[in-house]
Amino acid sequence: MKIGGSALNRFSFLIPGLILITIFVVYPIVATIILSFNINPIPGIDIIGGRSSGLENYYKVLSSPKFINSYGIKTMTFPMGAIIHNIIWIALHLPLTIILGLLLAVLFQHVRGGAIIRSFIFLGMVIPMIVGGLLIQFSFDKDLGVVNLFLKIIGLRWLAKSWTIYPDTALFSLILGSIWLWTGFSVTIYSAGLASIPREIIEAAIVDGADFKTILFKIIVPLLKPVTITVLAMTILWDLKIFDIVYASTQGGPGGASMVLALLMYDYFARVQNYPMAAAVAAILTVITLPVVIIWIKIATKGE
Amino acid sequence: MGSRGRSISGFRGGLLGSPLKWLIINIIAWVIGVLWILPFVGIFMTSIRPFSEVVSGWWNPYPFSPTLKNYVEALFNPMFSLLRGFMNSFIIAIPSTLIPTMLAALAAYAFARFSFPIKNYLFVTILFLMAAPQQMTIIPIFFMLHKMHLLNTYLGLILIHSSWGIPWITFFLRNFFSMLPVELEEAARVDGASNRQIFFKIVLPISLPGIISAAVLQFAWVWNDFFFALMLIFDPDKMVITQMLPRLKGQYQVDWGLLSAGSVLAMMVPLIVYAVFNRYYMGGFRGWAMKR
Repeated sequence: MKIGGSALNRFSFLIPGLILITIFVVYPIVATIILSFNINPIPGIDIIGGRSSGLENYYKVLSSPKFINSYGIKTMTFPMGAIIHNIIWIALHLPLTIILGLLLAVLFQHVRGGAIIRSFIFLGMVIPMIVGGLLIQFSFDKDLGVVNLFLKIIGLRWLAKSWTIYPDTALFSLILGSIWLWTGFSVTIYSAGLASIPREIIEAAIVDGADFKTILFKIIVPLLKPVTITVLAMTILWDLKIFDIVYASTQGGPGGASMVLALLMYDYFARVQNYPMAAAVAAILTVITLPVVIIWIKIATKGE
Repeated sequence: MGSRGRSISGFRGGLLGSPLKWLIINIIAWVIGVLWILPFVGIFMTSIRPFSEVVSGWWNPYPFSPTLKNYVEALFNPMFSLLRGFMNSFIIAIPSTLIPTMLAALAAYAFARFSFPIKNYLFVTILFLMAAPQQMTIIPIFFMLHKMHLLNTYLGLILIHSSWGIPWITFFLRNFFSMLPVELEEAARVDGASNRQIFFKIVLPISLPGIISAAVLQFAWVWNDFFFALMLIFDPDKMVITQMLPRLKGQYQVDWGLLSAGSVLAMMVPLIVYAVFNRYYMGGFRGWAMKR
């Protein structure tokens, strides 16, 4: 028996969805690539502005101080350029989200009401990221922010200021804020991973006299490696695509000190109104995500 | 008894040590949990008090005179009425949930059960589309919608959200359908049922939990989205709530009274959805996390 009858019959399940995807997702992606080389992808509208085709946009974007600011990097001052800001974001966010996620997941597994605390921490994943960005700005505010309240309490009054409005702290406050928002993700999937580890394994280790550190590094961490790879991939992708948080809190400022790739694309589109260059930024961003996406796809389709 | 108690409460006795240690660890965990939600508490407290009371910290308990003034001002703001934004978000999010869930369910079933040419290529393509940054699609979308006279319309944004939702829901439901026992469908096929009958009469009813998960997360995703709305809607009358929030900020001094009320209003809906559909929400979580 041929499952699903005729080819047309089987395809008819796919067709409505595929039509929408093709018109509004696949074609725009292809068109963005074409546009980034100064070739008009949409007949009837001139969005090139008479520029000649070629690699010019990529050259202009890659050599722009908005993308990489060599002066900022040399002097270790912000802005250092969008790509560097994204890299700093990943460099700080990734290890912290993995360590925090794993430790908190272990911790909450063993305390009363752990599930409730976990759902508190998960709230950052539920709310709109625009609100997330506002909450970050709010929490780092000189007068209203809890961060500064704590700094004052522990005697670091000199650090208490509106973090998001100064070039040297804007990016760091957003990164810290994103850790606060995103840890719910790693805690949740680490918790699911922990729950799948058979209790006997850990109990046997305890009987054998293993201490907490040994159990953590010799049993839990190796067993949760697939989970860690998932957290890794998702976090990197999230950090590369980050937009709403920055838009809501600093708009990439002050003076570009918290500019990131996704926002740079918007900047070229809406403010500069150079659409081919905006397309080039989008394409560069997408290319950077690709290795991670491929790793993720390999995980997602494993065993098929 | 003592040693038996230890082994039953395994972790408590063994991994974390003595009862005192257990108590300390519990306290630490709860302190972390409370610290974590302080910004939420803060924004809520700020939203229900006059700004003069919170200007030196929302944690100061006195004087405490709760008021809905901030909410009234946000909801009926003359420029960016959040009441309007609230309604617009629903107008956008409901069809943008129903359309892709329906279309993706059909496609997912084909991926789960049928064999057809280039199936694997198509599936991998869909995975790539799931991960694409919104920025990668928006410029052509902007000009296409402009040509179709759908820029700055509900319909335009709904079309984009629906299309954008199909890949991840297809992936998610395809995994869900693959887990279903195939025997029921085979029996129906032997009895002469068509694909469509099998899908709508058998598969769909038993897949309701998966469908609800997908719909709940798609709804939350569309509600929370900012970028597509920012790019495709310009009239204050048509703006969604996430889009209005940054505009409530004020030019020089941030008006936290207004903004805190707006933030609470904007996050209320996804928080309620999360609370009410918790099981479904967490059920679809992994597929959805990819979309962020």
